[in-house]
Amino acid sequence: MNLHEHQAKALFAERGLPVPEGYPAATAVEAVAAARKLGGGRWAVKVQAHAGGRGKAGGVAVVDSLAQVSAFAKRWIGKNLVTAQTGSAGRPVSCIYVERCTDFIRELYLSALVDRNLRRIVFMASTEGGVEIEKVAAQTPDKIVQAIIDPFVGAQPHQGRRLAFQLSLNNAQVKQFTALFLGLYQMFVELDCSLLEINPLVVTSDGDILCLDAKVNIDGNALHRQPALAQLRDPTQEDAREIEASEFGLNYVALDGDIGCMVNGAGLAMGTMDLVKLYGGNPANFLDVGGSADREAVSEAFKIILSDANVRAVLINIFGGIVSCAVIAEGIIGAVKDVGVKVPVVVRFEGNNADAGRIILGRSSLNIIAAESLEDAAKKAVTAAGRAA
Amino acid sequence: MSILVDKETRVICQGFTGAQGTLHSEQAIAYGTRLLGGVTPGKGGRMHLNLPTFNTVAEAVSATGADATVIYVPAPFCLDSILEALEAGLRLIVCITEGIPTLDMLKVKVRLDIGGATLVGPNCPGVITPGECKIGIMPGDIHLPGRVGIVSRSGTLTYEAVKQTTDRGFGQSTCVGIGGDPIPGSHFIDILARFEEDPDTEAIVMVGEIGGTAEEDAAAYIKHNVSKPVVAYIAGVTAPPGRRMGHAGAIIAGGKGTALDKFQALEDAGVKTVRSLAAIGEALADVTGWL
Repeated sequence: MNLHEHQAKALFAERGLPVPEGYPAATAVEAVAAARKLGGGRWAVKVQAHAGGRGKAGGVAVVDSLAQVSAFAKRWIGKNLVTAQTGSAGRPVSCIYVERCTDFIRELYLSALVDRNLRRIVFMASTEGGVEIEKVAAQTPDKIVQAIIDPFVGAQPHQGRRLAFQLSLNNAQVKQFTALFLGLYQMFVELDCSLLEINPLVVTSDGDILCLDAKVNIDGNALHRQPALAQLRDPTQEDAREIEASEFGLNYVALDGDIGCMVNGAGLAMGTMDLVKLYGGNPANFLDVGGSADREAVSEAFKIILSDANVRAVLINIFGGIVSCAVIAEGIIGAVKDVGVKVPVVVRFEGNNADAGRIILGRSSLNIIAAESLEDAAKKAVTAAGRAA
Repeated sequence: MSILVDKETRVICQGFTGAQGTLHSEQAIAYGTRLLGGVTPGKGGRMHLNLPTFNTVAEAVSATGADATVIYVPAPFCLDSILEALEAGLRLIVCITEGIPTLDMLKVKVRLDIGGATLVGPNCPGVITPGECKIGIMPGDIHLPGRVGIVSRSGTLTYEAVKQTTDRGFGQSTCVGIGGDPIPGSHFIDILARFEEDPDTEAIVMVGEIGGTAEEDAAAYIKHNVSKPVVAYIAGVTAPPGRRMGHAGAIIAGGKGTALDKFQALEDAGVKTVRSLAAIGEALADVTGWL
């Protein structure tokens, strides 16, 4: 789960980690009031949306009058921010963040994440802040330094000091950096983070360490023990169909093709998409109906797939393990009646009650194309979508 | 022979009396697995499915002589259940549950590194040696005792590979679902090493997916350590970067973990790869010369 920058910085501030003072604003009036409260004559104004690349898309600015604060708020609130990472629809902006403007002399990078290979939380720091860390890693990997944390011992001051000295900080800054490092580790484990990223971490003109940006991702599997964080979820930043799907135990990811896919199991769902592509088609979505799909879930899956206007055919691929193909067949029939499916539907059943499922579909008067095999199913779906185009 | 489990394996079930534990224990018993009892704290002393229930794993182990456990407890309690199984000295722990917090798995991995036990999963279908022992949620009847070892990050993709090897009469020595989480208990390499040593495994099918670099690591391992023919399939060529595709571990992050990189690494290591998941059986026939 992603947090907005203003939410992340509030969590930092609660823990005494150095962030600039700032306030979220949902209207131009609130934005101006926030700027007045901060005082001074220059402010950073930032669109709050779950998207990287905000700066390049014009979603971040430094302004030096209240009129500009107001104009920035009016320009963005209620609009969508489109960046390289959001797709063409972009993300809705319901809030901007107004922050005290800070002069700085150095831009650094600091992050913590779970390294899958090392099976540890790893801190990464670099002298090359303010740019994409992937680029630094690819072009100048020697400019990234790491600290690997033992899960039972936790982050140690010497690890923070080593990173700080590697960043060529002075003695006073080393102390500040080490305190930040230890505080971030505490935050990471106490809040079940999957990523903490500060880019840039700056050295201000006064010589202090300050977190100019803050990105926090929370492990979705841990929200049961993080009720306060679960409240911070902003569903407007997520695809409405994906949220609806999750309420029915379905896992859906929208793609840009025209063949809707309904599959049980995440791996098989990806494999089915790949097979569609291999036979010249394009999948419209990833959809895993899960291991305990019932008639209602199948019906809902159909509704979500068909809510995508690009869909010209639906491919259903079920390998019954726990889930019975007969139950899925009943669900398909129910859904076609409920939803009124106008596009061709190709079905491949295998495993648990596959024969019963085929018989149920065969007896129905529905226009369903039965597939003999996995490859046959993909080919028939691609052909059907091509005819409908 | 086989790997991890056989007809001698003595199994208990944690989360025995819950809905999942009950359903899959019934099926395991019907398959012929030597399931000897289960654990549900507070229900010790009762009989369930005609088997004894215990309050603790330690009691269950001392009463039954179990050497393996399967865990169906809900995700928030799995860290505790896995650590309890480790402490009780079980040799094999199979965790089916999906949704365990990542930080919990980091702790589990430290304890596993100390040695003595193998964890398969979490978020996996389990382990089966056809005709001998089924631990997990896979449909038993698609399997056939035989000579292919299968290791996979995905449940239903494992079943596809099983079906193709059964349809061609090759059968399976053992099938291991290592699970779809970013921090699995066992990695491809751990299972590949066992298949290499197992005389009954004559060829290996490896099913990977996007996310992480476990397949690349496996490719490097295979190049230097595996003499048996390996067929590999990777799911997720069409998956967009930055999106989690169902499994917690199935995400292309920072340009790393793409299916094409994995295919490339495996091909460079001399592994026979297939771009169609329907072509696994045929590719096996090609590399082994089996009819």
